[in-house]
Amino acid sequence: MAQVPAIELHGVTKRYPGVVANQNVELTVMPGEVHAVVGENGAGKSTLMKIIYGMVRPDEGTIAIDGQEVHFRSPKDAIEAGIGMVHQHFMLADNFTVLENVVLGSEPRAGLEIDFRAASDRIKQLGETYGLKLDPSRKVEFLSVGERQRVEIIKVLYRGARFLILDEPTAVLVPQEVDELFDSIRDLKSKGVTVIFISHKLDEVLSIADRITVMRAGRTVGTTTPEEVDTKKLAEMMIGSELPTPETRESTVTDRVLLDVEGLSLAASDGGRDVLTDVSFKVHAGEIVGVAGIEGNGQAQLVDALIGLEAEATGEILLQGESIFKFQALERRGAGIGLIPEDRQKQGLLLTSPLWENAALGHQNKEPYAKGIWINKKGARRQTEEIVRRFDVKTPGVDVPATALSGGNQQKLVVGREIVADPVVLIAAQPTRGIDIGAQAAVWEELKNARAADMGILLLSADLEELIGLSDAIHVIFEGRLVAKLDPAAITPEILGTYMTGASEERAS
Amino acid sequence: MGGKLLTNVVAPAIALLIAFGIAALALLLAGIDPLFAFGEMLTFGTTAESMIIAVNRAIPLFVSALAVAVGFKMGLFNIGVEGAYLLAALFAAYVGALYSITPVLHVASILLVAMVVGAIWNGIAGWLKVARGVHEVISTIMLNFIAISLSAYLFLNVFKADTAGLTIATKLIPETGWIPSLNPWLEFFGVEVRAGADLHGFLIIAVFLGIFYHYLVNKSRFGYDLRASGVNPSAAEASGINPKSMIMKTMLISGGIAGLVGMSTLLGFFHQYPQDFPTGFGFGGIAVALLGRNNPIGMAFGALLFGFMNRSALILDFHDVPREIVTIIQGIVVLAVVIVYEVISRYVQRRVVAAAAKATSEAEDTGEVAA
Repeated sequence: MAQVPAIELHGVTKRYPGVVANQNVELTVMPGEVHAVVGENGAGKSTLMKIIYGMVRPDEGTIAIDGQEVHFRSPKDAIEAGIGMVHQHFMLADNFTVLENVVLGSEPRAGLEIDFRAASDRIKQLGETYGLKLDPSRKVEFLSVGERQRVEIIKVLYRGARFLILDEPTAVLVPQEVDELFDSIRDLKSKGVTVIFISHKLDEVLSIADRITVMRAGRTVGTTTPEEVDTKKLAEMMIGSELPTPETRESTVTDRVLLDVEGLSLAASDGGRDVLTDVSFKVHAGEIVGVAGIEGNGQAQLVDALIGLEAEATGEILLQGESIFKFQALERRGAGIGLIPEDRQKQGLLLTSPLWENAALGHQNKEPYAKGIWINKKGARRQTEEIVRRFDVKTPGVDVPATALSGGNQQKLVVGREIVADPVVLIAAQPTRGIDIGAQAAVWEELKNARAADMGILLLSADLEELIGLSDAIHVIFEGRLVAKLDPAAITPEILGTYMTGASEERAS
Repeated sequence: MGGKLLTNVVAPAIALLIAFGIAALALLLAGIDPLFAFGEMLTFGTTAESMIIAVNRAIPLFVSALAVAVGFKMGLFNIGVEGAYLLAALFAAYVGALYSITPVLHVASILLVAMVVGAIWNGIAGWLKVARGVHEVISTIMLNFIAISLSAYLFLNVFKADTAGLTIATKLIPETGWIPSLNPWLEFFGVEVRAGADLHGFLIIAVFLGIFYHYLVNKSRFGYDLRASGVNPSAAEASGINPKSMIMKTMLISGGIAGLVGMSTLLGFFHQYPQDFPTGFGFGGIAVALLGRNNPIGMAFGALLFGFMNRSALILDFHDVPREIVTIIQGIVVLAVVIVYEVISRYVQRRVVAAAAKATSEAEDTGEVAA
C-alpha cells in the first residue's frame, strides 16, 4: 500500500494499577475507510480510543496522523488534528436546541453576538452532505436516541473532523435506527471521512466495516476484512480458545421461592410510556434468573424498584413469602436483598475512601462493620481482609482508596462484599462489565458458588453469552415489559437478540 | 513523609507562608517594614491578656466551624450559621432571663433553647431542599437576611427590656444562668491575669463539642452515612442511605451546633443580648472550617490563629499601619489552603495509586492484562 495511513499506532502500551490496559497495540487505519475495532468488554478498546482522542496518554508507543507523529496532550489537540469522537454516552444539554448544542464551545461570532444563522446554515448543509437529517431549532430533550446520536456526529463534523471515532454507537439504538446510522456512515465514507467503529456486535461489524482489527486482553490480535471471516471466526479471534466459559454445572434449582415479584409497574415521571408494566417473575433458591434486554428498556428501573429506590412503583414484592414492598431501601437490604450495581463507580463505591469503608457500604448497620451506633473499624478491616483474600482482590492493603484499584479488582471487592453478606437474593447488574478476563472468570465462579449455596440470583447483563451460560431461566425485557421467558439450554445469542428487539414476542408462564 | 502528615500539616503551613509573604509584599508596597509590623503583632499578641482575648474570640469561631463542617462532610454548604446563631442567642437571652433555677440546670436549659432555635432555623433550609429542591446555599443566604431582620425586629419590639438604662438590651439573665470564667484556674496554674480579660468558661463546652464532632463524624454509623453521602451520593442511596433524611438530620445537627456559637459571649460576658451583639462568626466559621479541612484539631488551630490575628491586629493602629492587612492575610490563608491542599492531595493520590500499581504488579508475575 503506497497510501499514507490516516491513523497509525505502533507499540502503544498503557498500564493501570494491577493491569495493562493496552499492550503493544498496532493499528493502521487507511484514509476513507470504515475500520472496526472489535473485542470483548474489557479488551482495551475504550482505552485505545481514549489514547487516540488524547484523553489518555500512552506509556509507550507512537501515534501518527497522516504520517506525522503526534503527541496529544488533551482532546483539544486531537480535535485540531481532525479527530472527532462520539461517546457511547451522549454529552448533550437537554434543554438546548440542536443548534445550540452543536455550536456550544465553538460558537461562530458576528461582532459580539453568536452568529446563529450562519451556524444553522452550516448544520443544514452538513446534514444534507452526510445524510444526517436534523432540524436545528428543535430541543434535544424531544429527540429520540438515534436523533441525539446524529446531533453528536454533526457536532463533531462541525468542528472539522476528518476522522470519526464511534464508541459502541449501536448499543443504545433500536434496529431501525441502526440501519439509519449505517446509511449515514456509508455517506460519510463516500465523502472521504475516515470512521473508526468500536463494537462487540459481530454481525454489525461485518456489515459495515471495510477492515476489522480484533483486540483481546489489551493486545491487537490481528486485522482482517469481512470477506475473510464470518462471525464464528471473528468470535474465536476475539475470545481465543483457552477462555473460561460462563457455563453452569448441573442444576441446583429448588422449588423454594425466594423472590416473588408480581405486577410491578412504574409510570414514567414525565407522563410518557410506562417505564415498567406488570412485571412478574419468581426467583427460586439455587436459581439464577437472567434478564436480557437492550439497554434502556427498563432494567435500571427494575433494579431500583426492587431495592426500594422507586417510591412510585406499584405491585407486590415478596421475599421468602413476606412482603417487602413497603420497606425502605435500607430495610430491604437488611431483609436480605443484595446488590451488585450496574455502574460500580457511580453506585457501588466510595472511590476516595479506604477499601474497608467501601466493603462496609450497604452493610454499615450490621456486624462485623458496626457495633451498636458505632462503626467497628477493627471488625470492618478484618472482614475486608477476608474479602480481599477470598475473592483475590489485588491490593496492597485495605487502607488504600478504592480508586487505586483496577476496575476488575474494584468489581471483585463489590461482588465479594455482597456475597460475604450472604443475602437471600442477590441482584447482579452487569457483574462483569468492563473488567478483565481473569476477573470475569472469578466473578462467574463466585456467582456459581453462591447459586450452589442456595442463593437466589437475578442477573441482568448485556453480555448474552454470560446470560445464557449462567442462567437457569431468562426473561426478556422490552419497553418495560417481560415479553418472553426462555430456556437458556435451548437458545443461542442470535435467537435471544431477536427477542430483545421486540421482533418476536412470546407470552410465557 | 506520610500522606496524612503532608495534607494535614504541610499544606496549611505552606498556605500560611504564602499568605504572610503576600501580606509582607503589600506592606512593603505601602512603605511599611513588614518585619516591624509582624514583630509588633507578635509582641502584643502574646501577652497574657491578648491571648485570653484571642481564645475568647476563637471559641465561637470554632463552634461555628464545627457547624459548617458537619454540613461540608456530606457536601452540604450551610451558609446559614450566621442567622441561626444570632436568632438563637436572642431567644436564649430572652428565655434565660425569665427564670432562675440551679446554676447548672439553668445554663443547660439556656443552651438547649439556643440549640433548638438554631436547629429549627437551619432545619427550614433542610426542609426546603428535601421538599422543594431549593439549593441550601440560596436558602441559607436568604434565611440569613431574614434572621438578621427578624432578630432586629423582635429585639426592638418584643424582647428589649423596659429599663431606661444606657444600654439597649434584653433583660439581664440571673447569675445562675452565667457560665463562670476560667480565670481562677489560670491563676491556679500560675498565670498572672489582669482584670478585664476573662477566659470564657464555654471553652470547656467547646472542647467537648469538638470531641462530640469527631465521634459523630468519624466513628459513628451516622457519620459513616454522612461521609458516604458526601463522597458519592448515588452510591450512598443505592446502599440504602436515605438522602432526604440525611439532609434533614444534618441540617438539624448543624443548626443545633450553630445555635451555640453565641453562647460563650452571651453567658460568659454580656449576660444579656445587647444591640451590638457580635456578628460575623457564622461567616468566619466557614473560613475556619476550610482552613482546618473539617478536622476538629485543624479547626481548633484555625480558630485560634484567626482569634490571635484579630487581637494582635489592634496594635497596628498605634503605628499607623492599616489593620485591614490582617483581614487580607486571613482571606489569602483560606484561599491558599484550598489551593495548596488540592495540589498536595492530588500528589498524594498519585503516589498512592502508583504504590498500589507497583504492589499489585509485584504480587502477580504473569501480568494480568485488560482495560
